[in-house]
Amino acid sequence: MDWVNAIIQGILLGGLYALFAAGLSLIFGVMRLVNIAHGDLIVLAAFLGLTVTTTLGINPLLSIVIVAPVMGLIGYALQRLVLNRTLGDDILPPLLVTFGLSVIIQNGLLELYSADPQKMSAGAIETASVGLPGGLNIGVLPMLMFATAIVVIGGLQWIFYRSAWGRAFRATSDNQDIAQLMGLNKSHVFGLAMALALVVVAIAGIFLGVRTSFDPSAGPGRLIFGFEAVIIGGLGNLWGTLVGGIILGVCQNIGAQINPGWQLLAGHIAFLVILAIRPRGLFPRIDG
Amino acid sequence: MSASQQYAVVRFSPASRIAAVVAVLVLIALACAPWWAGRADMRLLSELFLYMALASLWNLLAGYAGLVSVGQQAFVGFGGYCLLALTIFFGFSPLIAIPIAGIAGALVSIPVAVLIFRLRGAYFAIGTWVIAEVFRLTAAQISALGGGSGTSLPVTVVKSIAASRAMREATTYWMALGIVVLVLALVCVLLRSRRGVALTAIRDNELASQSLGIDIWRAKFFVYVVTGALTAAVGALIFLQKLRISPDAAFSVNDWTAFVIFIVVIGGIGTIEGPIIGTIIFFLLRETLADLGALYLMILGLVAIVIMLHAPKGIWGYVREKTDLDLFALSRRVVVRGASQQPENIENKENAHEPQAT
Repeated sequence: MDWVNAIIQGILLGGLYALFAAGLSLIFGVMRLVNIAHGDLIVLAAFLGLTVTTTLGINPLLSIVIVAPVMGLIGYALQRLVLNRTLGDDILPPLLVTFGLSVIIQNGLLELYSADPQKMSAGAIETASVGLPGGLNIGVLPMLMFATAIVVIGGLQWIFYRSAWGRAFRATSDNQDIAQLMGLNKSHVFGLAMALALVVVAIAGIFLGVRTSFDPSAGPGRLIFGFEAVIIGGLGNLWGTLVGGIILGVCQNIGAQINPGWQLLAGHIAFLVILAIRPRGLFPRIDG
Repeated sequence: MSASQQYAVVRFSPASRIAAVVAVLVLIALACAPWWAGRADMRLLSELFLYMALASLWNLLAGYAGLVSVGQQAFVGFGGYCLLALTIFFGFSPLIAIPIAGIAGALVSIPVAVLIFRLRGAYFAIGTWVIAEVFRLTAAQISALGGGSGTSLPVTVVKSIAASRAMREATTYWMALGIVVLVLALVCVLLRSRRGVALTAIRDNELASQSLGIDIWRAKFFVYVVTGALTAAVGALIFLQKLRISPDAAFSVNDWTAFVIFIVVIGGIGTIEGPIIGTIIFFLLRETLADLGALYLMILGLVAIVIMLHAPKGIWGYVREKTDLDLFALSRRVVVRGASQQPENIENKENAHEPQAT
């Protein structure tokens, strides 16, 4: 039964990893940008949530209402002011600029909040669980996270393929010059894509902060989980990131079940195995 | 007169001849440091040499082969752990353990390259990071080397380098100086060779060089394995100086990759001079600003971003654009014979960094 439990918890954890991955996948799909600071932005959102919760005295899950728009604005500004200047044929500038950004965010958070691990308390919902036959208990919070991941990815999928925004995203992604000729402002479209990605990052950050403790150096780890979920699922496939997240979560939990020291290692090895046998991921849509 | 008499292809310029002489003099002075420098200065200089070696290697990887790795700490840490394993378990002298660590680094980089070369561009970068994480987590599982909390180099091993403390310190200093000279010489020889020309061609235009018959995968693979080997050897030396290793210190992305990237970006990526200048600037900044703690790292990150946005070729790239100076004789230049007052060295500057078209 322990094993069934580990797998179920792993699947639910996969929802959180899919949230880490969705933003990464979105901005790569639209502007072929890989943001090394993605994980640090998730942690930044968690710290913002912490500040909002403590100053307003509200439930952390409610703080999303404030954190999401703030992160969206940060995303838009970041893209228009900094990242748009780095885009081009050369892959070095975006990579190194986001790497610098990652160091700035990490150390900025360190200055403001110190290195102490923090955690947000969401109250009774954290310990609430639903009993299943066979003595299994499933936490309400992990289920809520998983459901949120499905809603977020479904929403992104809808925006991408059904809305005017999504049409602009896809058009700019296909051919930037022709999209400009058709009256789209490339810089603005990229800004919107980054804003949307950081709204997802805000949701991911709040859930991260409620689920586990976090500190300023937690970002790179989250980036790696998100990245692995993207590659396992296949580049450019949003639902694929959910599958990738689930595979990662399940492998980590199975690894932890065997030996606590193997939790992270098992996830990385699963990623490397998939890279070895299916280098383009399980459900690839676009070329990297 | 025929054209072959009028024109000549040269590599050495007056500037690179002077630079070579100055470099030899500086090297002699540095080699004598144990007689004129204090203990703390020698430690600082050793650290500077080791960073210069790491930066030159990363520059070869990213600036010439287009392999932007953020996971070179995998090889630094691997080299460090090799040193400890070889000396503690097999009783090797550290002086022999360092080259063996280099060979082991080459061997381990082969399967790693086969696997992560499947990823392109920025995804390659994060893939290298995953590899480094795998190395770190694996090292933390080796209980014989202290597991997650790490271990120290035994006193007997340290004493086997040399009997007296002064001699030990001088030996490790000379090894650090030796390895940076070795790395710079190898990078120079490599870039002057047929392979180096292929690499610069790949850097400037991958598609065009492929159509000229260059096997891109093999060229990159070769560079990756060479850098893996040398980075592991440098890593072994780093931990011979530190005398203590732990998974977090050995595979630290900040210490062995972030700083190295800043050094190369500030100095000038895709040039041999860049990492040398970058390392000196990095150490000057560190010695003056390190008291600021986290703020210092934020400044460093900001400087790197500003340079990448406004002067992507770094300090040396800027200098060369203005003065056409080359301190290392790498570029082939066409000069007109008999008109040496005004050398026309405009053509075939193959080492000028051009944005890579994909």
